[in-house]
Amino acid sequence: MSTPVTELLRSHYKEGFHDDLPIVRAVPKGLKHEVVDYISDVKGEPDWMREFRHRSLDLFLKQGLPDWLPGLRDEIDYNEITYYVSPVEKPQRRWEDVPEEIRRTYDKLGIAKEEQKLLGGLGAQIDSEMAYHNIQESLAKRGVVFLSCDEGLKQYPDLFREYFSKAIPPEDNKFAALNSAFWSGGSFVYIPKGVKCDIPLSVYFRINAEQFGQFERTLIIVDEDAFCHYVEGCSAPIYTTNSLHAAVVEIFVKNRARCRYTTIQNWSTDVYNLVTKRAMLYERAVMEWVDGNLGSKRTVKYPSCYFLGEGGHGEVLSLASADRGMWQDAGAKMVFMAPNCTGRINSKSISGRTGRASYRGLVQVRPEATNCRVQVNCDALILDEQSRSDTYPVMEIKGDLATVEHEASVSNVSEEQLFYLMSRGIKKEDAVSMIVNGFIEPIVKELPMEFAVEINRLINLQMEGSVG
Amino acid sequence: MTDTFEIRDLHVSVEDKPILKGVNLVVPKGQVHALMGPNGSGKSTLANTILGHPKYTVTRGDIRMKGESILEWDTDERARRGLFLAFQYPCEVPGVRVSNFLRMACNARAGRELDVMEFYEKLEEKMKKLDMDERWVKRYLNEGFSGGEKKRNEILQMLMLEPEFAVMDETDSGLDIDALKIVAHGVNELRGPNIGILIITHYERILRYIQPDAVHILVDGRIVKSGDADLATHLEQHGYDWITKEVVA
Ligand SMILES: Nc1ncnc2c1ncn2[C@@H]1O[C@H](COP(=O)(O)OP(=O)(O)OP(=O)(O)O)[C@@H](O)[C@H]1O
Ligand SMILES: [Mg+2]
Repeated sequence: MSTPVTELLRSHYKEGFHDDLPIVRAVPKGLKHEVVDYISDVKGEPDWMREFRHRSLDLFLKQGLPDWLPGLRDEIDYNEITYYVSPVEKPQRRWEDVPEEIRRTYDKLGIAKEEQKLLGGLGAQIDSEMAYHNIQESLAKRGVVFLSCDEGLKQYPDLFREYFSKAIPPEDNKFAALNSAFWSGGSFVYIPKGVKCDIPLSVYFRINAEQFGQFERTLIIVDEDAFCHYVEGCSAPIYTTNSLHAAVVEIFVKNRARCRYTTIQNWSTDVYNLVTKRAMLYERAVMEWVDGNLGSKRTVKYPSCYFLGEGGHGEVLSLASADRGMWQDAGAKMVFMAPNCTGRINSKSISGRTGRASYRGLVQVRPEATNCRVQVNCDALILDEQSRSDTYPVMEIKGDLATVEHEASVSNVSEEQLFYLMSRGIKKEDAVSMIVNGFIEPIVKELPMEFAVEINRLINLQMEGSVG
Repeated sequence: MTDTFEIRDLHVSVEDKPILKGVNLVVPKGQVHALMGPNGSGKSTLANTILGHPKYTVTRGDIRMKGESILEWDTDERARRGLFLAFQYPCEVPGVRVSNFLRMACNARAGRELDVMEFYEKLEEKMKKLDMDERWVKRYLNEGFSGGEKKRNEILQMLMLEPEFAVMDETDSGLDIDALKIVAHGVNELRGPNIGILIITHYERILRYIQPDAVHILVDGRIVKSGDADLATHLEQHGYDWITKEVVA
């Protein structure tokens, strides 16, 4: 069904189309243990995983939402959601073998072309399953593993079990429990010791089904002295109903290894995006989260760094743009459990046209974590009076000799700035775009060129028509 | 007489407070006029009104360019049609590089996407004229610029945009002597049959470098006296007191 508002949104959100895809497998809607069994059967999983899923569903049903998290309590009717839908049989390793209809979907999204830009590997998930997942021969030869998470469990059962759910157990939070019960798809990545995988591994998540829950699960292990850059993007059609994306991403960065995880989240405003992302840092490990949130109805996501080993360094660059119909509840978490670690959180949010952005951050320095240093910077830009921005920083500092810096600012697009730019012939909407792009520039300039370009493109699209 | 810039019986209010109370001023193309007057007399109000600042409401009168009223045009359209204001207090736009900003502005003024090479050649030439080094345009627009640097940056924009009618609002304040000479030199090169310029200033000094064709004095929202360059010299020596007396008398 189209309403004037969905039409308007569609005109600025080019990913908002949906395709009628033949369904290969699906379950009836609703939260049921039978659905868990169905998924486990289809995937031919070991018993421990089946039990893990059932236990997680029980946890989900028991667990309430945390007190600090506003909204969401009655917004989602979990029994109206379908927990598993697959328009594909299994992931293909050759693009030609992906069903034609699905290739067409990805063509429209410009994904197939992406791979030619020399990615180390590409995965393409549609609804519950990966339609395509492949890695460059040269990387595979060096022992890099890049599989769908399901395949990871099949092919590397011991490695998988050693790490799976160790960073984010189902008890962690309600949505982690939901994911643990119904997880399907996502990536399994292993970078062997000393291997520098400097071309990005990239995955694109597409929701096509309506009133659907996507429960992607990603597990990344970067072994000692190795390097990995993982990039994810996503989009969904515009319906008038809601969908759910509840992902869990667990990352283990071993001694002296480095991992960079970049997200460009561009869900339609139908999607609740409730994601738990956590990295475990061993000695002198480096973790960088680049988290761009530009879509979704509601995002709840705080990429985290847990410093387990001495001398680690973690960074979160968070960029959120809350346009009409969006609430970006983003931020970061840093938990220091070892001495001499450093962290930096740099967050910038923009809210416009009734959009709402919240920064939520937790910095925790445990008593055993002496001599740690953390710097938090969060800036908000509010485009008009109908829009809103809030900051909720929490600091719990117990370790000795900790240095904690926190700076926050809120600004508006000022009349004087607009007048100044317009007095040079620049149209109002271009002037707003310029001010917004200038505001995010300090973060964008730290990104690789192609992501910077994509983020600027998406932001500029949102700015189009955002001024009267 | 159509190629003039004309202000007729202009009344302007800010937040319902009348500031300009019937300003009449004609600057023909090819001429440079100076506007002087005490603090708070309404000089910047006039400048901002010419560019259509939303805070300033025209309650009576008209502003005409080449015989056409500009009052209905939005600020950006006025600029694209050749109006320019060098601001008394240029504002900072963080994260926006001077070069990007200038390119957008020049494209807007030209009404088309300019060739990048062509643009940079021109930019380099103008910067050389203003004795600016190439690092300048990589900086963020006015962010962390000194007062004098901001003023010089305004003139760079003016030289790049080649307006038909320009208002310079106290460009000389905050410039050191060398910078003032450089800026004056730049403006003099721009001067010619295709441009009219209104220089707002408190000091005769800039008018020694940029010889005006006429000098006007604004007091309390009205132009109370006009004359030639000597008027500025007289003001420099005697202040505004005698004028106010003359007007009252
Ligand atoms: N945006 C504004 N909001 C409120 N009052 C204003 C505004 N702009 C101008 N005014 C008022 O209008 C009057 C004229 O101010 P204006 O800035 O035009 O003076 P000026 O002649 O440029 O003075 P100066 O020589 O100090 O630059 C002053 O009383 C000033 O306070
Ligand atoms: Mg002034």
